[in-house]
Amino acid sequence: MSAKKETLGKTVGVVVAVCLVCSIIVSSAAVGLRDLQETNAAIDKQSNIVEAAGLIDLAAGDISGTFNKYIEERFINLETGEYVDEPKDGYDMYKEAKNPKFSVEVTNSNVGFKQRASIANIYLVKNDAGEVTRLVLPVHGSGLWDLMYGLLAIDADGNTVRELIYYQHKETPGLGGEIQNPSWKAKWDGKKLFDDGKVAIEVNKGDNSNDQYAVDALSGATLTSNGVQNTLTYWAGKNGFGPYLKNQTWKS
Amino acid sequence: MAEIKEMKQVLFGPVLNNNPIALQVLGVCSALAITTKLETALVMSLALTTVTAFSNLFISLIRNHIPSSVRIIIQMTIIASLVIVVDQILKAYSYEISKQLSVFVGLIITNCIVMGRAEAYAMKSPPFMSFLDGLGNGIGYSVVLIIIGTIKELFGFGTLLGFEILPLIQNGGWYQGNGLLILPFSSFFLIGGLIWVIRTIRPAQVEPKG
Repeated sequence: MSAKKETLGKTVGVVVAVCLVCSIIVSSAAVGLRDLQETNAAIDKQSNIVEAAGLIDLAAGDISGTFNKYIEERFINLETGEYVDEPKDGYDMYKEAKNPKFSVEVTNSNVGFKQRASIANIYLVKNDAGEVTRLVLPVHGSGLWDLMYGLLAIDADGNTVRELIYYQHKETPGLGGEIQNPSWKAKWDGKKLFDDGKVAIEVNKGDNSNDQYAVDALSGATLTSNGVQNTLTYWAGKNGFGPYLKNQTWKS
Repeated sequence: MAEIKEMKQVLFGPVLNNNPIALQVLGVCSALAITTKLETALVMSLALTTVTAFSNLFISLIRNHIPSSVRIIIQMTIIASLVIVVDQILKAYSYEISKQLSVFVGLIITNCIVMGRAEAYAMKSPPFMSFLDGLGNGIGYSVVLIIIGTIKELFGFGTLLGFEILPLIQNGGWYQGNGLLILPFSSFFLIGGLIWVIRTIRPAQVEPKG
């Protein structure tokens, strides 16, 4: 028996048969479940935006419906702050950051990345009457361990912060990971980004709940807090969404 | 009768008497990394138990045809395929959790328990018994993960499966979360403690002094 098992032909035959069966199983699982997975990924992204839009209670589970009804995706040229057409199907500013066609060098900044896309995906939140009530802007920057990706929701005045939601980060759970703690997130509500046209928002220590330009830093997570600060300073500034927020393009 | 007894032995032996983590000290890497929350520990347990049981079953089914010169590669192929299928299913039906487990589902491929059981048991035993053996070892792994996950989530975050049990100071309660328990390496202490407890109950598991 064992002598027969070891012939070259038999060995190759068994290996090929096993590989064939396994590859059929794997590929049919991958193909069969792909639609469901893509829907999941899309809903996951939409639910973050709906949360930033402050519509999560209203949505009551119907994320896609709420997203399609109240939220409009737009594209802006970061340098001019003007709206542009969707550069290509399924444009994603994070995927295109290194594409030479859209890539812009980031210099003189401690935000933590070297290149960003020239065109950003932003989301306008509208009420039933079709007026813009909030802007949801994607922001990212370096934390302690890795880039942190978040969504900054601000009022239609282009100044008042409503939400800062981080949906992807690798900060230490319990310390930097507290950027996702609801009580810390709640501190952002009502803060102002700009004081007389200059970026004024700060993450600093101490009791500053009455200071409309400051949010209490996370204890035990100085570097994460600094990362949040740098991220906002960059994205609210002239290299980020500054021109767009100054022009108030959404009002026209 | 004897067969049922043997089946019980194969299925439940790995839980306490021959636990893959506590006695054989296999599969510790994933036990460190994904036990911060009980929920991820549960899903990981389920995924690993499924993979171990079915890889044992399939390998046992074709054990008489596997040439011994390439047996490890064939085992790996079967295990890897199962892991990919499990990963795809998780992504499709439990997206949130699959995001938290990230690479660790994929790393079941390298989990020593799966490979160890395939090589040590499934290559020599009939399919049904191999299936039970895989199931048993999966359960043994799960028990340890669930114990550690419970301790870490309860005392680290004050919650269990996301429900608040001990209200944290950060959220206006009285409990100061234990920061050490939130970090992956605290599982070393917990697994060590668990091995100590088990070996105190079952002194037979203590390695003879050389």
